Amino acid sequence: MSEPQSGAPARRGLSPGAVTAALVTPAYLWLTVAIFLPLVAMLVFSFLTAAPFGNRAVEFTGAHYLVFYNRPYLVEVALRSLALGAWTTGICALIGLPAALALSRAFRGRTREVLFFLVILPFWTNGLVRVFSWTMVLRENGILDDIVRAFWADAPSIGILYSYPAIVVGLVHAYLPYMILTCYLSVVAIDDEILEAARSLGARAPVVFGKIVLPLAAPGLIAGSVLIFVPVIGSFMEPRILGGTAGVTIGTVIEDQFTQAFNWPLGSALSFIMLAVVLVVFAVFSRALRGRLTLS
Amino acid sequence: MRTLVDRRRFNLLLGAGVAAGALGTRMPRARAANKITVLNWQGYGTDEAWALKLFAEQTGIEVVHDYFNSEQEMFTKLRTNPGAYDVALINSAWTSRIAEEGLLDPIDFNTVPNSADLDPLLRDSSNFAFDGKPYGVAWVWGMNGLGVRKDKAAGAQSLEVLWSPEAVGRVALYDDAITEVGIAALLFGESINDPKDMKAIVEKLKAMKPNVKLIWSSEDQWNKAFSAGEFDYSIYWSGAAGRSQKTFKLPVEFIVPTEGAIGWLDGLSVPASAPNKAEALSFINYMIDPKFYVQWATEVGAPASANAKAMEELPADDPQKLIHKTEYLKNLQFMSPMPDERRQAFVDAWEEVKAFYAS
Repeated sequence: MSEPQSGAPARRGLSPGAVTAALVTPAYLWLTVAIFLPLVAMLVFSFLTAAPFGNRAVEFTGAHYLVFYNRPYLVEVALRSLALGAWTTGICALIGLPAALALSRAFRGRTREVLFFLVILPFWTNGLVRVFSWTMVLRENGILDDIVRAFWADAPSIGILYSYPAIVVGLVHAYLPYMILTCYLSVVAIDDEILEAARSLGARAPVVFGKIVLPLAAPGLIAGSVLIFVPVIGSFMEPRILGGTAGVTIGTVIEDQFTQAFNWPLGSALSFIMLAVVLVVFAVFSRALRGRLTLS
Repeated sequence: MRTLVDRRRFNLLLGAGVAAGALGTRMPRARAANKITVLNWQGYGTDEAWALKLFAEQTGIEVVHDYFNSEQEMFTKLRTNPGAYDVALINSAWTSRIAEEGLLDPIDFNTVPNSADLDPLLRDSSNFAFDGKPYGVAWVWGMNGLGVRKDKAAGAQSLEVLWSPEAVGRVALYDDAITEVGIAALLFGESINDPKDMKAIVEKLKAMKPNVKLIWSSEDQWNKAFSAGEFDYSIYWSGAAGRSQKTFKLPVEFIVPTEGAIGWLDGLSVPASAPNKAEALSFINYMIDPKFYVQWATEVGAPASANAKAMEELPADDPQKLIHKTEYLKNLQFMSPMPDERRQAFVDAWEEVKAFYAS
């Protein structure tokens, strides 16, 4: 047998397993260094009496995990944060899915690219700038009021800055692109012929949407919801700047532990408790969703 | 669909990222005998380029900087980098704690001639003292007190105005546990650094709920909300009040209430491990010189100087001079060192109050 003259002699020496390993190693190495190690350090911190900097003596303790028991007011704060996550995710889904449908069905070519660019544009601006620009729009006698009063001079102020809705507005703006992009990937894969078949069998638009589009878009909705819900629960910048006195979330409480109390262990413990809560929420939801999806 | 980020655009982004990374890395510094390193917040007086040029001309000493972003970070840097710094800016609430660990040199005021003009109340502050010796030179100070809208609340005298019916929905508080707990402690006539009854303080602060409109955390946020008319009464920084009047022409009046105000005092210290102690002291002497201070305050903007002579030399209409009257000093309680457990109790109390406001 002679050696092949051309082709891929180099490939022969590597097994598919080795190729896979070579491809994923950089990513996992990076994740280990940048995410896993700091997270483990934080987990260890959360069981210490004080952050082990300088020459302070520290001991192991589990006391920080009783934080919700020792500070009952935090339970309400945590529930408010979960509600904030639900509101933001829900509104993102309500706006994001129709937008993704329109992008995938109604537009083609250059127009679609421009519209996509507009969806992604907020990602390229600094988050703090986005939030501060909302303060100008939402405040009393702000830009929103100016616009309304251009048509109705004596309009009462509709400024909602420093309130719970203002936080939701800021968060929806920040996270909507995730929902549009994940939903788009799901709905763009829906075959036009399936929809045509449904219509030719007499299904009206709501039925087509409920029986075909929604189930097929579900993976995108779920992926988008996961991407949005988790960071919103821990958000602290939007609540602080837009929320006024309503801007107290578990994220701001954790931030204060790090910046005001210098109590890294307590801040870490709070973070890990919230991580556990989020995992439980997802476990419950994924079970419920799986049941529903197999039914349909 | 075509990919949104094609290779050309990707390279552009990559290039921008690399450039940003390169700008962020600092060159290692060479050390020479006539060079000192100062540890401070960025943009806080000691790194004014014109001043460093003048100082180098007068003394031949070059000044370089290292910066910190929190007091905790400053403490950590002093602990972990012995020999790296000649001068450190330390909030006096930390000085004695750092001196206690043997990280600072005691100050001999004879080696800092300008210290003779320092206000004795500030120079001899117990915050600087450890074991009977001073470990810092008082540099600048300020107050957290009442900042009110002139046409709405001029002449307010007492902190009780924050709880009054006319202030419903018109109050802005500063998002800082030490300050807000301190305000309630002042009202009860207690020590701001060690109040006796934290429960009573939490209840008193909770009672302000109908009045509290927002909780600010930056000077910019305060200025924007105040100029938009969102509130009339606030807990504010004295130095920021001067800047709001001068730079933004805002009708704010800073009041030291009858119950007193919360004072803070920053000092300059020499680490025990400093390689160039004589040069460090000569720089500190220059920093408290009225000539430096007046230029810093009038051209750049500065907190109040601890040097009484420097405050006198400010122009008569300078807002900082009008706000920071030396007679207020005896009405102030200064933020002082506190153990970690007490700091945690302050933060917990304020966190509980904020959660109540939000509910």
